[in-house]
Amino acid sequence: MIKVNCFAHLKELAGGNHIHIDKKELTVKELLEEVQRQYHIQTDSVLVAINEEYAFPDDQITEYDTVALIPPVSGG
Amino acid sequence: MFSVTSEPLSIEEISNKVVRPEAGAVVTFTGTVREFTKGKRTLYLTYEAYASMAEKQLKRIGDEIKERWPDAMTAISHRTGKLGISDIAVVIAVSTPHRKDAYEANEYAIERIKEIVPIWKKEKWEDGEEWIGDQLEKSAGIPEKEEIR
Repeated sequence: MIKVNCFAHLKELAGGNHIHIDKKELTVKELLEEVQRQYHIQTDSVLVAINEEYAFPDDQITEYDTVALIPPVSGG
Repeated sequence: MFSVTSEPLSIEEISNKVVRPEAGAVVTFTGTVREFTKGKRTLYLTYEAYASMAEKQLKRIGDEIKERWPDAMTAISHRTGKLGISDIAVVIAVSTPHRKDAYEANEYAIERIKEIVPIWKKEKWEDGEEWIGDQLEKSAGIPEKEEIR
């Protein structure tokens, strides 16, 4: 089970601070596909952070990683 | 030197962090909540952060500044929570031996914050509210591959 932290409008769409994906391991690209499929959240402009660093589509995620969905930022 | 906090920001406190004998210039940028954007009135903003990652990204901006302006010292604090009009959302202080570098490095810092730091604002208007992302602000956040590593 992979726990995925959500922020901003994704949090509202997910209905909470995080969602769960029932996998032990998958790539960033696969994770975004699962989020879209299971939660019907549009992920086209969403980045993924693994252990608080931005990740690339082919990077591997395991259930021991800290994972977050990062929508386009608007700080400053 | 790099923090995300729900407490009000003190310009002087953040600016003082970069004051040192080698510096002849301290440039401090203050980002405040604007009332009107494209004719639409904002009542207040709510900032949310992925705080632990945001602090790492702020530090990363400090490191990038150090690479480009080796004599620069940078301190950045960003506020979270509910902010009213004219409240301070971000303070960036950069000190360098000479002023030109401090101005340039400070502008670099705010541009990078808008690209890579995981902080989001929700605008509250008279007739609704919305999380702001790439739909309104041209430079908002989808970092290119070379920008994030």
